[in-house]
Amino acid sequence: MPAKSGSHRVARPASVRPERASTPPRRGTGFGGPPRTVVLLGSQRFDPSLGASVTKLRVEGRIALITAGWQERESEDEELSAHIGGNTINLRLHSRAEAVFRADPTFHAAHRERQELLRHKQDFYRIRLEHALEAARVIRQRAAPETIHEEEAASSIAALRELDARHLADCARLHREFEANWDVANRSAIAEQREEITEIMKDCDAVAIAGGHVATLVNRLSLFGIAPLMGGRIVFAWTAGAMAISDRVVLFHDDPPQGQGASEILDAGLGLVPGIVVLPQQEERIHLDRTDRIRIMARRFAPARCLALPARSRITWAPKRGTLRPPSVGTEGEVLPRASSGTLSSPDGVLELLEDGGHGLVGTSKEEL
Amino acid sequence: MKPRLAIDALIAGGADLSRTKAFLKNNTFPIVEGTSVTFVWFGHADAVHLRHWIFGLEVSNELVRVPHSDLFYLTLEIPPLSRVEYKFEIHRGGQSAWIEDPLNRNRARDPFGANSVLQSDGYEEPSWTRHDPFARPGTLEPLVFDSKALGGRRHGQIYLPARFRRTRQYPLLVVHDGSDYLKYAGMKTVLDNLIHRLEIPDLIVAFTDSPDRLREYANDEAHARFVTEELVPELTARFPLIDRPQGRCLMGASFGGVASFSTAHRYPGFWGRLLVQSGSFAFTDIGKRNRRGPLFDRVVEFVNSYRAEPIAVSERMFVSCGVYESLIYENRSLVPILDATGMQVRFVESRDGHNWENWRDRLREGLSWLFPGPLMFVYE
Repeated sequence: MPAKSGSHRVARPASVRPERASTPPRRGTGFGGPPRTVVLLGSQRFDPSLGASVTKLRVEGRIALITAGWQERESEDEELSAHIGGNTINLRLHSRAEAVFRADPTFHAAHRERQELLRHKQDFYRIRLEHALEAARVIRQRAAPETIHEEEAASSIAALRELDARHLADCARLHREFEANWDVANRSAIAEQREEITEIMKDCDAVAIAGGHVATLVNRLSLFGIAPLMGGRIVFAWTAGAMAISDRVVLFHDDPPQGQGASEILDAGLGLVPGIVVLPQQEERIHLDRTDRIRIMARRFAPARCLALPARSRITWAPKRGTLRPPSVGTEGEVLPRASSGTLSSPDGVLELLEDGGHGLVGTSKEEL
Repeated sequence: MKPRLAIDALIAGGADLSRTKAFLKNNTFPIVEGTSVTFVWFGHADAVHLRHWIFGLEVSNELVRVPHSDLFYLTLEIPPLSRVEYKFEIHRGGQSAWIEDPLNRNRARDPFGANSVLQSDGYEEPSWTRHDPFARPGTLEPLVFDSKALGGRRHGQIYLPARFRRTRQYPLLVVHDGSDYLKYAGMKTVLDNLIHRLEIPDLIVAFTDSPDRLREYANDEAHARFVTEELVPELTARFPLIDRPQGRCLMGASFGGVASFSTAHRYPGFWGRLLVQSGSFAFTDIGKRNRRGPLFDRVVEFVNSYRAEPIAVSERMFVSCGVYESLIYENRSLVPILDATGMQVRFVESRDGHNWENWRDRLREGLSWLFPGPLMFVYE
């Protein structure tokens, strides 16, 4: 549900049967531990389902909105707020960042420089990725005994995983150095904003993280240290929002205008929903019939599971013995409610295409790579 | 067995006046039937020729008269996805004139007038070249510039994206033959649409012109200095530009392509992106004079010297050329040399000629490759 989207305003649904969240909602809880519940949703643009999820989990307190992914349109949240009952407050992370940059130009310059370094790293990582994928393609086309092909396919995947791991490590190092050099949390302009946000969050039972520009969103969530503030609360996140709170943000598009794209890791996410790679808007971005590409993606990111989130999909994490429980894919119930499944099999992985009702696409691999 | 063509059916049944009129009414022209394309002229003439701009075919093909009628036709095999610009040459009473095809409404305009356009099987005008009411329009502002390098005042236009903000930083694209790109390649509409679709980022575009392009665009030192040492600093002072090579692109077509590439060659590393369309990269393997004549002498000298000592002049270079233009030979010859320097080079061929709509149709893949938009980053 982006600002000024074509989606129609949807009244809070009355017919949805409320259910208990894993623990009853409490107003004004502290911030320790993981979120009480995390709900990942598909696109909210044309047929929003967030309201039904809010009702289903009986959220009665205030909901903090994060629409930083909408960038300058961050404040255009009337439609979203009305859709979930109106008891909301926007954390305004994007405009707060702009205020920080204005108040602390030295930090702003350093921030820009860090972003520039990250862009360089992303660019060079992408060049290596494209060559690694091209090598894998060429090798696949060569005539060779099947056993050799299997070994080489594993080597190709290992090369991709090595590039991914190195890129993530480089990003993490740049972030660590930046934090250490600039003492981010204690700079007065940032500390003031963080205090305000903390005060707001004390009075919120839930957080709703909208999609949009995922790099901007991850950046602002990190800048203001939002992850710990979600402890004990229900978190709703969709599209880029869902990507931002996973372990790794993977950018993907099978058919960008500049030619067939390679999926690439942007950076680490907040890690609130471990063990999955979130792939929203699958309908527009992934060709399900290109099984070679999907197979590579599934094996490349294993043991994490590649989880497509088409419109109307919903996946819920509830805590189990203090940790978040990953989805039990292919079963009925909260994770993928009312799902009927068909299965696309491949020699080295299983793609479960779950249609109807809860629908999601999960690519996973049987192999430990 | 190949189905009978519409023109053959007409002739077989007798091309009397009433059947001919029905034939003209019931078909769109030229008639595209698979790869067979039938050009038709109806009217008084002594002879009719098809004049087209497909390099590799005879430049003039005579249409055949249907006996005892004023109907002329010519069937050619044209590959799918082709775009061919053409005219008819009508011979009458010892005179001849080139005219657009009155039976075909498709026209392409250029600085010399207009041509009729054949769109063969499978070709569609890209949707992103047409006005999209949902795409917020950017603005065009006049650009007036006093150039010491060129010794006079230059005019052009500056495109600012719809959501232009001074707090942001933008890539800069400098376009040679800017007015023609705006007028004949619909480039403002293309920019509005590609930005709206998130396929390219918001960017600032300087559309520049030259009063003497054949001289200034042919590897001219003063022109390169104007663009690099005068225009860019001036625009950097006026607009929030990304002041590094990755944020700067030079583009142009034909001689404008030579101007882009030769300017980057004079300032290696400064222009991080190049978009060159149907570049007039004439060269010789022996001797100094190219078959294209003296206008190309300076180009030949430049391209020969580059082929002898190729260097990376930019980071990324998008090169496109139509397979129906003679320059396809020069462009195909240049690409492996560019590639070997370590530049990232993308070369795209199209079934089209040396014309503005060919260059328009390649803008999406070129610009989005040089400046990928936020599409990969935005998930809503």
